[in-house]
Amino acid sequence: MMTELETLAASLVGQARSGEEMEVYVARGQDTEVRAFDGAVESLSSATSSGVGIRVLLAGGGGGRLGFAWAGSLDEDVVRVALEDARDNARYATPDPEVALARPDGVEAAALDLWDAELLETPTDRKVELAVDLERRVRNADPRIRQVSSADYGDEQVEVALASTTGIRAHTRRTAAFLSVSAIAGDGPDTQTGGGFSVARSPGKLDPERAGSDAVDRAIRMLGARKVPSARLTVVFDPRVVSTLLSVISSALSGEAVVKGRSFFADRVGEPVAVPSVVLVDDPTDARALTAATYDGEGLACRRNVLVENGVLRGFLYDTVSGRRAGTSSTGSAVRGGFAGTPSPGCRALLLHPGTLTQPEVLAAVGEGLFVQTVTGVHSGVNPVSGDFSVGVEGLMIRGGALDEPVREVTVASSLQRMLQSIVHIGSDVEWLPGIAAGQTLAVADMQLSGE
Amino acid sequence: MSDGPLIEPTVLQHVLEAALARGGDAAEVFAEDRQTTGAALDDRRVEELSSGRERGAGIRVIVGETTGFAHTADLSEAGLLAAAGAAAAVARGGGGGTRTVALAQRRPATARATSLPSGIDKATKLELLARADDAARAAGGSVSQVQAGYGDSRRRFLVANSEGLLAEDDQVRTRFSVVCVATGDTGMQTGHESVARTEGFELFDRVDVDEIARTAARRALSKLSARPAPSGEVPVVLAGGSGGILFHEACGHGLEADHIAKDSSVYTGKVGELVASPLVTLVDDGTVSGEWGNFAVDDEGRPAARNVLIENGILTEYMWDWLRARKEGRSSSGNGRRQSYQHLPMVRMTNTYLLAGEEDPEEVVAQTPSGVYVAKLGGGQVNTATGDFVFGTTEAYLIEDGRITEPLRDANLIGNGPEVLRRIDVVASDFDMTPGTCGKDGQSVPVGCGQPTLRITGVTIGGTAA
Repeated sequence: MMTELETLAASLVGQARSGEEMEVYVARGQDTEVRAFDGAVESLSSATSSGVGIRVLLAGGGGGRLGFAWAGSLDEDVVRVALEDARDNARYATPDPEVALARPDGVEAAALDLWDAELLETPTDRKVELAVDLERRVRNADPRIRQVSSADYGDEQVEVALASTTGIRAHTRRTAAFLSVSAIAGDGPDTQTGGGFSVARSPGKLDPERAGSDAVDRAIRMLGARKVPSARLTVVFDPRVVSTLLSVISSALSGEAVVKGRSFFADRVGEPVAVPSVVLVDDPTDARALTAATYDGEGLACRRNVLVENGVLRGFLYDTVSGRRAGTSSTGSAVRGGFAGTPSPGCRALLLHPGTLTQPEVLAAVGEGLFVQTVTGVHSGVNPVSGDFSVGVEGLMIRGGALDEPVREVTVASSLQRMLQSIVHIGSDVEWLPGIAAGQTLAVADMQLSGE
Repeated sequence: MSDGPLIEPTVLQHVLEAALARGGDAAEVFAEDRQTTGAALDDRRVEELSSGRERGAGIRVIVGETTGFAHTADLSEAGLLAAAGAAAAVARGGGGGTRTVALAQRRPATARATSLPSGIDKATKLELLARADDAARAAGGSVSQVQAGYGDSRRRFLVANSEGLLAEDDQVRTRFSVVCVATGDTGMQTGHESVARTEGFELFDRVDVDEIARTAARRALSKLSARPAPSGEVPVVLAGGSGGILFHEACGHGLEADHIAKDSSVYTGKVGELVASPLVTLVDDGTVSGEWGNFAVDDEGRPAARNVLIENGILTEYMWDWLRARKEGRSSSGNGRRQSYQHLPMVRMTNTYLLAGEEDPEEVVAQTPSGVYVAKLGGGQVNTATGDFVFGTTEAYLIEDGRITEPLRDANLIGNGPEVLRRIDVVASDFDMTPGTCGKDGQSVPVGCGQPTLRITGVTIGGTAA
């Protein structure tokens, strides 16, 4: 039996006129957010939202023309206006023979269980308790914790149906829950901060202890941090930071960036782009990833794509249009930002294959260098087109193979291309994080630290 | 859009009364109707024209230190009452009894735009994109890719609260941006330029999209021959209007009352103290007509205001929203903003700028023997609790012997807010503002930033050159 959303998507697609193709994306979500402060609830939000995104493709001599419209409502009159807007918008696009909607490609969808009913059975009181307990846990963990600036619990349930005149029928639903906390540690005039979080498919699988102790440990070990002199050194990045770095690198692995001449990886397939130990795979069918997905943003089955193997660039991620432009086909990698967004290719669950060393073993092997626990200014200082890399960092010096004094207000710089060729150790400590990439400890040689 | 209210005043009264039925201290209804259109040209093609519509209401109930919030896309009385019930759930055990809410007289808002974008033909908007593409490609043979974007939005909203406030605004915003890629022997570089104003299509009577495209192209082209930025602490001259993001990050966020209340700002307890060079007078001003962070009333219904935050280096005032101001028994400073009806409002900046000084901007460079000249800044980020912040350059040059010389590759600069503000030793007489998008706690709002040419005696630049 079709769900209400599937029925709606199919009925809209049924309204396509001759000479037009149509794709309908319908989504509905429900979320709860609790913020605790000073032992009590600061805010409790709950909401449901729904919406539709419609793409209309007009066929023609010179090629197809796509128009898009969205609405944050499933009311019949609002949806009708969106459909008319999408039709009208299509008339203005430049005709393009490569523009097309996805067609079923025979790849079977992975059987993934992304829905945990426990979330639906969890009463609001329990969610409130999780946030309040987390706040209290962090506040009482250490006398040097001066403040808990935020302690949040959040969850969401999302259902999506996608249908098209080209034969696409996809329906998915998923649940997610998270805890996140920011701690402020103080010692005299010195103030430092640390954050922790936990993400799972349901509240019962969250790990408040880990979220709390991460925030506390990270804030406290930074107390006494100072600026250090500029130097050229090996930098060891924490798993969370590596997840961020991989996300940035992934934008250069987008087939769209490649076909439009905005990727430093373009024309390099088959060439070594990283040290031989680097194997980079995007696999949304890996259920360990919180971002695992059955279908991509165009309704094709998600699949495993090898991007870099033994340091050699193997390929890129494509959606339907970028795949056609590149003379290949979609890799099932379309992502879209909900009903108000249109598809473009991107990673969902990037994993750098783990090495054999734990974090302490990586530090011991590096001997002297800088350990980075937080980076700032990633969007202003890392350019995925040029590869230029410059970020603010907080962390600790590595001396004698172990963490030593804390460091703040410095930057580290290199280029993404060069960093991939300068990886000296890949940790075994893979963490599945909330973003589009997992992370593990990573040591990169020959970076410029800029300080005093 | 019609001129009638999004929700009838009698319905608003019922909903507010229902929101307080379980014993809340205060309640608010925020209803919004937003329409957007966007167009993107990329790789020489108009790839997509899009239209969006969003309409709904957010209801909050305040009980002691706790806020309950719920939102709905259903603006019928039944839909609103259901949301009010959900928001009121935080007021458990309350024997609120019956409360009567008397709302002020309705004063409909009018859109402050002489040319509503919805009245402009789509082809006219697309023509701007094609012109920008041509102009950027004509700027140099090394320009290898051009992306041009156009967007407009009309946001009509209404706020009513249990104190009797009833206010409306009708905000029209228009933006245009160009991103260029230039390719040379050293690889690829990017250049960006944008214009964004709280006004209608009349924006393009004054703004030449060809010029925006040429500026973006010039930035990408000049960086093809750029050398790596230096590393370490150097004197930095920021060009007027290069991006007042410096002040937005170095102290703006730290002066937001929510950070102050939670003691998560380095500026907590510093009112009346010298926190910057005496040359620094910093203002946050939502009234600057047409600027990206301009509005008639904020998202809690308070009129936009001009607030002096730092005067001659002395911290004079923080920025306040309704919630924080209520607790302190004072009034909001018109800084309560939210991304949409689906979000709780919080303290946000509007247009934040440093007042001009007296020095000749060219003299500032001439009097700097060596350092870095930043012509354009990108984004930034701050940790309000420590005051440490970064901001990135997207167009910068070396200063040698008092002259601007070679272009530099992009880099982040890092500093500590109070320290950097004390190191400002010259402020020039020029001034310009730039639009930006400010992110806080997962919500984005449009803001303006402005500043004259100024010099910081020392700040750490994170380049790769030793």
